[in-house]
Amino acid sequence: MHPAYSVIFFTTASGAGYGLLIWLSLLGAAGLVEPQRGLGLAGFALALGLVTAGLLSSTAHLGRPERAWRAFSQWRSSWLSREGVAAVATYVPAGIAGLGWVFLRSAGGPFAAALILAALGSVATLWCTGMIYASLKPIAAWNKPLVPWIYLALALATGGVLGCLLLAVFGGPVGTLAGATLLSLAGGLVLKLLYWRQIDTGPKGPDMTAATGLGDIGTVRPLDPPHTMDNFVMREMGYAVARRHAAKLRRFALGLLFLAPMGCLLVALALPGWPAILLAALASLSAAAGVWIERWLFFAEARHASAAYYRPTLA
Amino acid sequence: MTSLPPPTAKKLGLVIDLDICVGCHACATSCKEWNTGGYSAPLTDQQPYGADPHGAWLNRVHSYEAGSGPASRTVHFPRSCLHCEEPDCVTVCPTSASYKRAEDGIVLVDPDTCIGCKLCSWACPYGAREYDYDEGVMRKCTLCVDRIYNETLEEEDRQPACVRACPTGARAFGDLGDPDSTVSRSVAERGGFDLMPEFGYKPVNKYLPPREPKPAAPRETDVVETGSALERLFDWADKALTR
Repeated sequence: MHPAYSVIFFTTASGAGYGLLIWLSLLGAAGLVEPQRGLGLAGFALALGLVTAGLLSSTAHLGRPERAWRAFSQWRSSWLSREGVAAVATYVPAGIAGLGWVFLRSAGGPFAAALILAALGSVATLWCTGMIYASLKPIAAWNKPLVPWIYLALALATGGVLGCLLLAVFGGPVGTLAGATLLSLAGGLVLKLLYWRQIDTGPKGPDMTAATGLGDIGTVRPLDPPHTMDNFVMREMGYAVARRHAAKLRRFALGLLFLAPMGCLLVALALPGWPAILLAALASLSAAAGVWIERWLFFAEARHASAAYYRPTLA
Repeated sequence: MTSLPPPTAKKLGLVIDLDICVGCHACATSCKEWNTGGYSAPLTDQQPYGADPHGAWLNRVHSYEAGSGPASRTVHFPRSCLHCEEPDCVTVCPTSASYKRAEDGIVLVDPDTCIGCKLCSWACPYGAREYDYDEGVMRKCTLCVDRIYNETLEEEDRQPACVRACPTGARAFGDLGDPDSTVSRSVAERGGFDLMPEFGYKPVNKYLPPREPKPAAPRETDVVETGSALERLFDWADKALTR
């Protein structure tokens, strides 16, 4: 599948934004973090800023962005529509909770309820994003129950790293969130390794013989192409990353997205003060680069069934 | 609404005979010609005279070789929307632009409400949908919905442009929901098959497989062996002189 940068930016940025919103909301509602103004302003601005930038970027993927409002109507059948509805709905409790935190310095009572609703809305949105991909049967590498869990885990991990940075900057208690983020990173790592194992060893979808239904005659190979230059199907769905590049990029993703941030956070726990800020910033940058590579690979490694009409091999 | 309609009694579709298709691309070009002026107009091309010409076509003709050695076959393979009974291209659509008609089962995209998210093309394993880069909307075979019910056309023209254009009669149009229709009968007689049934989309269009090759005609020398005495004499002379 062609890795469209607008979609990669959308899923990674809004993923981190929702992840941060979930952690801020849970810590605030549970009373584990004081609702101080600076943290609230920076936290909600960063979380909702990332979410909004991502959502706006996703409309750049549309041929007719001015009609994007129509996408809220088909929530009964379409995960994309559900994602849109959940994303917009989450702004309401998140906005109320943010206002309460920043202006009234309150995370209790009705604001605690708003925080919990914001966290639930974020989880729902992330789940819908994952299901958009997981529900596509023609793409064997995506059509897996693991996929939405990976989207959720990576959002919690990247949002958690950002949260640790904010707490370090504003002098909040980093310990609880750092522990939760380490767990999310470890969970994401395990899920991602499982995922790669599944796509390497599992079914890869139809080959040319299966796609044409001519297997009774024998193996099918291309003779004349239907057109001289690549059409939309080949441009959008024919993208394939070379296997050796994929292996190298997987190692970069593992190091940058999981191992480096885990190391930084562990050291940051031992070294409070400005070294912790520096380490959390380093962890954030590393995780951002890593999740970008991970998402690029998610597209580039995925093979669409329709490619079988054009390419004789499954590579 | 992009939820699917209840199963339709009428299932309009195409039956494509892979035995007699000669790969002339007349169906593809006449499809492009009709649809750039019909329901899907304009069906745009990008850089038509430039270095990288491409555009939205609703029908593509592949040519394949199947098998090896003397048993191998060249098979020309037209590929377009199969108007599936349970297609995900409809249900994934967030706007209801992609829909399946309850009255005849035709799958259409409304070009006035499509937002060009391309998700329907990702949901189609047959590669049947092509994005129109200039118009920013998805295009697909309409089964010439603007021809088949069009009373301003002569009756013989009220069928899809591809079927009308096919010089060998490799394409047939009809109601595959009616077991007594000509298309349904040809599917039953010839063992018509679904493309990639494993996806569960239940394609309406069917493909008729290439027929078994006939035994090779006897060679000329074999005929001579059974000929008259004179013929056998000439045959002996021919062989002797050739040596």
